[in-house]
Amino acid sequence: MMQFMLLFSRQGKLRLQKWYVPLSDKEKKKITRELVQTVLARKPKMCSFLEWRDLKVVYKRYASLYFCCAIEDQDNELITLEIIHRYVELLDKYFGSVCELDIIFNFEKAYFILDEFLLGGEAQETSKKNVLKAIEQADLLQESQSEDWGSLPNEEIL
Amino acid sequence: MPAVSKGDGMRGLAVFISDIRNCKSKEAEIKRINKELANIRSKFKGDKALDGYSKKKYVCKLLFIFLLGHDIDFGHMEAVNLLSSNKYTEKQIGYLFISVLVNSNSELIRLINNAIKNDLSSRNPTFMCLALHCIANVGSREMAEAFASEIPRILVAGDTMDSVKQSAALCLLRLYKTSPDLVLMGEWTSRVVHLLNDQHMGVVTAAISLITCLSQKNPDEFKTCVSLAVSRLSRIVSSASTDLQDYTYYFVPAPWLSCKLLRLLQCYPPPEDGAVKGRLVECLETILNKAQEPPKSKKVQHSNAKNAILFEAISLIIHYDSEPNLLVRACNQLGQFLQHRETNLRYLALESMCTLASSEFSHEAVKTHIETVINALKTERDVSVRQRAADLLYAMCDRSNAKQIVAEMLSYLETADYSIREEMVLKVAILAEKYAVDYSWYVDTILNLIRIAGDYVSEEVWYRVIQIVINRDDVQGYAAKTVFEALQAPACHENMVKVGGYILGEFGNLIAGDPRSSPLVQFNLLHSKFHLCSVPTRALLLSAYIKFINLFPETKATIQEVLRCDSQIRNSDVELQQRAVEYLKLSSIASTDVLATVLEEMPPFPERESSILAKLKKKKGPGAVSVTELEDGKRESGELNGGGDRGQDAASTPSPSADLLGIRSSAPVSAAPASAGSLLVDVFSEAGPAAPSGAVNDDGFLRFVCKNNGVLFENQLLQIGIKSEYRQNLGRMYLFYGNKTSVQFASFTTTVNCPGELQSHILQSKPVEPLVEGGAQIQQVLNIECLTDFSDAPLLNIKFRYGGALQNLTLKLPVTINKFFQPTEMASQDFFQRWKQLSQPQQEAQKIFKANHGMDTEVIKAKLLGLGMALLDNVDPNPENYVCAGVIQTKSQQVGCLLRLEPNAQAQMYRLTLRCSKDSVSKRLCELLAQQF
Repeated sequence: MMQFMLLFSRQGKLRLQKWYVPLSDKEKKKITRELVQTVLARKPKMCSFLEWRDLKVVYKRYASLYFCCAIEDQDNELITLEIIHRYVELLDKYFGSVCELDIIFNFEKAYFILDEFLLGGEAQETSKKNVLKAIEQADLLQESQSEDWGSLPNEEIL
Repeated sequence: MPAVSKGDGMRGLAVFISDIRNCKSKEAEIKRINKELANIRSKFKGDKALDGYSKKKYVCKLLFIFLLGHDIDFGHMEAVNLLSSNKYTEKQIGYLFISVLVNSNSELIRLINNAIKNDLSSRNPTFMCLALHCIANVGSREMAEAFASEIPRILVAGDTMDSVKQSAALCLLRLYKTSPDLVLMGEWTSRVVHLLNDQHMGVVTAAISLITCLSQKNPDEFKTCVSLAVSRLSRIVSSASTDLQDYTYYFVPAPWLSCKLLRLLQCYPPPEDGAVKGRLVECLETILNKAQEPPKSKKVQHSNAKNAILFEAISLIIHYDSEPNLLVRACNQLGQFLQHRETNLRYLALESMCTLASSEFSHEAVKTHIETVINALKTERDVSVRQRAADLLYAMCDRSNAKQIVAEMLSYLETADYSIREEMVLKVAILAEKYAVDYSWYVDTILNLIRIAGDYVSEEVWYRVIQIVINRDDVQGYAAKTVFEALQAPACHENMVKVGGYILGEFGNLIAGDPRSSPLVQFNLLHSKFHLCSVPTRALLLSAYIKFINLFPETKATIQEVLRCDSQIRNSDVELQQRAVEYLKLSSIASTDVLATVLEEMPPFPERESSILAKLKKKKGPGAVSVTELEDGKRESGELNGGGDRGQDAASTPSPSADLLGIRSSAPVSAAPASAGSLLVDVFSEAGPAAPSGAVNDDGFLRFVCKNNGVLFENQLLQIGIKSEYRQNLGRMYLFYGNKTSVQFASFTTTVNCPGELQSHILQSKPVEPLVEGGAQIQQVLNIECLTDFSDAPLLNIKFRYGGALQNLTLKLPVTINKFFQPTEMASQDFFQRWKQLSQPQQEAQKIFKANHGMDTEVIKAKLLGLGMALLDNVDPNPENYVCAGVIQTKSQQVGCLLRLEPNAQAQMYRLTLRCSKDSVSKRLCELLAQQF
């Protein structure tokens, strides 16, 4: 089971965090700090897996973003690497050539997509089509509902 | 700002995020955030009721602020309000906030649970999924209490939408992990297992994680999943790459599901049903075959997905450990990966081979890759890969390649990363010990270890080399010579000084004949290091010096002078000062004889688990680097710490906690797993912290199986003698407690406990006098009755105060079942008739063992008579053998016993056979007797 997933930038800024095990905020911050440091210190050609505490860390860099998952001892490293890739594909398809800014400005969407794909640290739906269908359905719901508010959203400042 | 804005963008949020990004400093960011928090707070508190959209926007901003790493202490209520909105988008943000910022505030939890309950029963699949995601994300106990019984129903209901089923399965998994007691599958079990057959691949993918977890905990209830999993796997493996449509990933059909199916099968032994097993083996073979096919795509995703399945299949093959053919194929496949250009594959191959190395079927096949692995250790650029290579070398090590592997690991240590040095040192130390054929190699290896990586050599490692040298006569001279040479180096590690000091202090005499290592040369060499060392090492060296005075009287004057100098006798460190003062005094007032007794060579250490191994286990946790296998190996070879011949009749009681000089005055009774830390401290302390109590001393116990009188126990303070007599099922034991000191023992009490079935066998024991004067002896009588047969001996606990310190020791009283024997004389014919009558397998106990003592006929006869049985002549056709008969008298019954002992002088072995009318008696007698000859 995946214990958590972190997305962070080359500058070490955390962009997304998903925890599948109960941990205190303090513990989460400590883990994040430690892992971001460890992963950023690694050189490009190094292997994507490392032992960390009693977990296995699987990470991969996409452009300016690092995707980093912690899995348990008996979990499969390679398939986790492809979990990361599939998630990137989902983001890419949804946003259309996803970049770091998309995830910053639409962080809630990144979480929604992740929830459709992984739940409780396990793969829920691995079909790209099905995950996106679920998200797009929700977007349709939003759009049909937003008509109720008339022109409100465009004018608001803070 | 990105162009994309799907659904409804919240512009205010986007502006806020832009502001934060534009902040030039951390302070500016905090300022901006505080401004926003104040704004949101005032909106939430304002009189004007907020519309749903604004509420959503502000909650989302709070969430953003929290995810930036700031604390959020309000807004929960507004988020909860959003849950009951019937606008999907508001509900969604509400759930997201709750999922990320759970608050165990019970008032809120109730409200949240209410909202979830409404959504679960809404029959709107989108809402149901949101609610289930929230439960899965939070997974709290309260949620388990509220929903654990509801979700299984949703999961198996016929009319539940597929997407809801998927969420329900994983939601249940999460609740099961947090509160297994609340998730009761019971009636749902079979329907859940049958989700493996579901048409929808997504449902199977989600459900199998749940099934795997439940199977691990209740394998029997879920075992029908094995055949379902095999047939599902078989369908996937044999499908063409396009059959599964969107579940095909880069030309690999359903890689996630395949991995999970293979993982599920690892919860079970190989299928018993031949057809199922055949099908599974076919799948595994197909997977191995596919690895050899040319790739269908050059993309790394294709090869990763394919190899993920391959590695999972190999894990299953290793888990079964029963198909030699598959194991060897797996090993060959991994062998190819060892030289793959992808670092990831090399890493995983090394990791996976580690487990293959422990299988008897593939151990040899793994060994053929030794050169590649050594090369990886030397050339891999990534430390985590090198670490794997080192692990694999450790796993593949056996007697045939130990020297090569240890040498490679030693040379790697010189440049190894600091992060893995300590573990490497432990591994080298363990391998050197485990596979030492000659001990000089072992000593050389450990000393090299200290030379190369002294800083990483933990106490356990250097304690261990000392233990082994002490226990092995044949290596002591070599060890002394080698440490002497090692100490010549101008800069040697402090650990080397410690080992050197200890070993020369014990065995320096063995090399003193050579003028180049004469006593004075040895002393000067050690003392030249003294001033560079830390306090504990100096303390050790002082003890070595006093040992020198005993070993080499000619060094006495020099050493006394050293001890007498101010830097020692007035050292500001109490421990050093005390040692200097006491050693000086000891050397000047004690006679040669006393000195020789006090400073006698250390007794051998009792056999026990290597402390290094324990340390590695602690470091790596169970399951890592096949530690169990290692221990087995050790038991087989097991001579290293064996105590050898010396242990058996050593006059002094070997105590594992014995300090360096063996003169510690608090009772060295403890068989406690001596924290090796006490090895050197407390040499003269009168009262150890608290006298050990938990451990039982049974050193004397076995000596009394065949005799009734003698000294049961003796230390510096106390001597305990016993005299005992037995008739029928009754016995009387006289205990004599002698105070060896000139000081009174106060509050002297003794208690006898009978564990287990021995209860109330000891009928009477009068209390003893509470004061035992110096030099005096007191007596105590125990009356014993054997009610029924027994195995555990009674325990005698003795407590008293000596010089203010509480002494506490527990001894096993030598009351054994054979004490109640009545000898029975019988003729050859009768003997064999009875022997045949006692022919049920459990009535017989047999042991074949090595002779511990000389095989002198008279001695053996005397022991057998002492046992209490009748020794029958002319019964066994082979006159070398001994045959005995007797009846054990207990209050409740009589147990007839026959014994046959067959010595084999050539092999120095015995075979002992016992047949008794009661099974437990055969077993017990066999255990007791096997240690007597």
